[in-house]
Amino acid sequence: MQELERVGQGSVRVTRKSDKLVIVEKDLATEQMVLAMGPQHPSTHGVLKLECLTDGEVITEAIPCLGYLHRCFEKCCENVDYPAVVPYTDRLDYLSAMNSEFAYAIAVEKLLDIEIPRRVEFIRVIVAELNRIASHLVAIGTYGIDLGAFTPFLFCFRDREIILGLLEWASGARMLYNYIWIGGLAYDVPADFLKRLREFITYFRPKAVELQSLLTENEIFLKRTRGIGIMPADVAINYGWSGPMLRGSGVKWDLRRNDPYSIYPELDFKVVVPDGKLSVVGDCLSRHLVRALEMEESLRIIEQCIDKMPTSEGFNPRSAIPKRIRPKAGEVYSRAENPRGELGFYIESDGKSTKPVRCKARSSCFVNLSAMKDLSKGQLIPDLVAIIGSIDIVLGEVDR
Amino acid sequence: MSTTPLSQFSIPLLMGNNLNGWSEALVGFNLLGLPLGLVILAAIPLVFIALYSLTYGVYGERKISAFMQDRLGPMEVGKWGLLQTIADILKLLQKEDIVPTSADKFLFVIGPGILFVGSFLAYAVLPFSPAFIGASLNVGLFFAIGIVAIEVVGILAAGWGSNNKWSLYGAVRSVAQIVSYEIPAAIALLCGAMMAGTLDMQKINILQSGSYGFAHFFLFHSPIAWIPFLIYFIASLAEVNRAPFDIPEAESELVAGYFTEYSGMKFAVIFLAEYGSMFMVSAIISVVFLGGWNSPLPNLGSLALNTWTNGPIWGVLWMISKGFFFIFVQMWLRWTLPRLRVDQLMYLCWKVLTPFAFISFVLTAIWEIYVP
Repeated sequence: MQELERVGQGSVRVTRKSDKLVIVEKDLATEQMVLAMGPQHPSTHGVLKLECLTDGEVITEAIPCLGYLHRCFEKCCENVDYPAVVPYTDRLDYLSAMNSEFAYAIAVEKLLDIEIPRRVEFIRVIVAELNRIASHLVAIGTYGIDLGAFTPFLFCFRDREIILGLLEWASGARMLYNYIWIGGLAYDVPADFLKRLREFITYFRPKAVELQSLLTENEIFLKRTRGIGIMPADVAINYGWSGPMLRGSGVKWDLRRNDPYSIYPELDFKVVVPDGKLSVVGDCLSRHLVRALEMEESLRIIEQCIDKMPTSEGFNPRSAIPKRIRPKAGEVYSRAENPRGELGFYIESDGKSTKPVRCKARSSCFVNLSAMKDLSKGQLIPDLVAIIGSIDIVLGEVDR
Repeated sequence: MSTTPLSQFSIPLLMGNNLNGWSEALVGFNLLGLPLGLVILAAIPLVFIALYSLTYGVYGERKISAFMQDRLGPMEVGKWGLLQTIADILKLLQKEDIVPTSADKFLFVIGPGILFVGSFLAYAVLPFSPAFIGASLNVGLFFAIGIVAIEVVGILAAGWGSNNKWSLYGAVRSVAQIVSYEIPAAIALLCGAMMAGTLDMQKINILQSGSYGFAHFFLFHSPIAWIPFLIYFIASLAEVNRAPFDIPEAESELVAGYFTEYSGMKFAVIFLAEYGSMFMVSAIISVVFLGGWNSPLPNLGSLALNTWTNGPIWGVLWMISKGFFFIFVQMWLRWTLPRLRVDQLMYLCWKVLTPFAFISFVLTAIWEIYVP
């Protein structure tokens, strides 16, 4: 769809006509300019650096430069015991720390082959889904900022604050929880937690609708996102996309359904894919819509969990936690659906040590970001910002 | 040079009964052969810009955005954070005045100056009251339309002189935007000028005064007058780089656009210029379409509200509150709407606003000729 021919010395001036780039001028000798977007730039969501080759406002090439937030996560894991890795996983995707812990815990549990109390599973799913909502709120809010709408961001953060309060009440921390441990939980949820959770759900439902109307009923927002950065489903799969990004391209792929773990098979929820009415399937708006609609599904999951959850009588969240974690020699790859996609952990044990020999994290953001070069070709700078925002990267997870 | 319609003003005030009485008195005021009155005349809008941007502009913007976004805004410095802006200015004053090594120093320094002068010059023809106008030009409106273009030079100087790619992008976008939007803006104002039959800002105001208050305003002058009104309002948003047309300083794309490299007092001057232009366009729209210093209240029988609320002092109040109302709308839009893309902005200007401006121009002309 977007092509940029080069004629002789100069490049070609292009303009946008509906969705196509149309060549309007030829043989105009212009120079290309290297524009370093980031690592300190308001809309690269952290310390991503994009080296853009620009021709006027049109980007011929954008190459992501990574590594500004590299903290040797994988090497650190090789030097600490299995339970001590959990706080490090918090710091991968710091906007959805519960989900990262969850993914790591089920990976080690698979390696250890231990049985988890049912109530633990329910609490895990509840906190993970809560964190998914919080993470999507940040994604939607910052996406608004990327497009110049500041107010939805603060509405998002107002509601996210309540979720963080709930999670703080349960775990003692606001962002980096260290709550889901291998084989159990740090603590049981507080006595009134479920009641407050119900209150939150009744409070949040209308707020989510209001948030939707602020963005997706705004003509300018639609104009800025519809048909921008289209990723066809096959290319998305080839790039290894996952999560809302892949679903935005119309692929019904959710690990909670397709490779179920924990108690997700018992729960009823919909895998959200764009219907193509409001958006062009695969564009920025589809990805935004998937996130916005997924929050409702998460609320439904939480409601079901509250209803089905076993009581806390005689419940010890640490009962199944092994005294000393020393798995048998072997390796495991386990993956979970994070708010940003598939977070997989590959863990290798030599059977003797209490430390993993190798612990590799398959980061969703990193893989999603790899398509940047394809997505950015021929786009305008404002569209590039819209595309980066729709990928919803967390640099903590990209660089690890 | 007093004209008859103003004789109705009943409040006798120091030379206030005559049109431009205050300003003419000031022009004649000399001290030891020095034209001190002229200096005071020029200083009044300057003090006004400074006071308003300190009290209403920045503080108001922060508070309004806070209320729209479920937060409190500045609360710490002074009661309800009223002294926050003063504290900010004091901070900016103390900051080191940095000129980047690779910048073109002359352009970098002169940019904010031109920018401020551009917005300040238009205040010369703003009629703040029946008795006060900086310079009573017979081509006042034309001057106001033209002088806005000076700002483009300042923005270009600032953006080019910064020697920063983001600044350059911001400057180039800004120039394209302001130059384009001047066309619909000017045509829309011409509709107002046609309804008035004059370009003199004071005369435009006088023609809108009458005992029915708001009914005399040009907005209600003809059934199509709201089209140029809306067109000018939208175009004025673009001319002063306010959202949803704040593309030259789009913070999520261009960091801060043409003033990325500025800090300290130079930054404050750019800000002052921005708030100055915000009031300037708001004042122009209220003069041309909403009666400027005329009271919107009608005379209701023996309740002569219009007569009571007109006069030199009331005029200042109406003029400033009408201006502030439009500033409020500007802020309201800013905190509600996302930003347009560059090409969408140009599309809106050339393919929507300009044709409609021409249509309303023709319709207004027909109305003025054939409808008495």
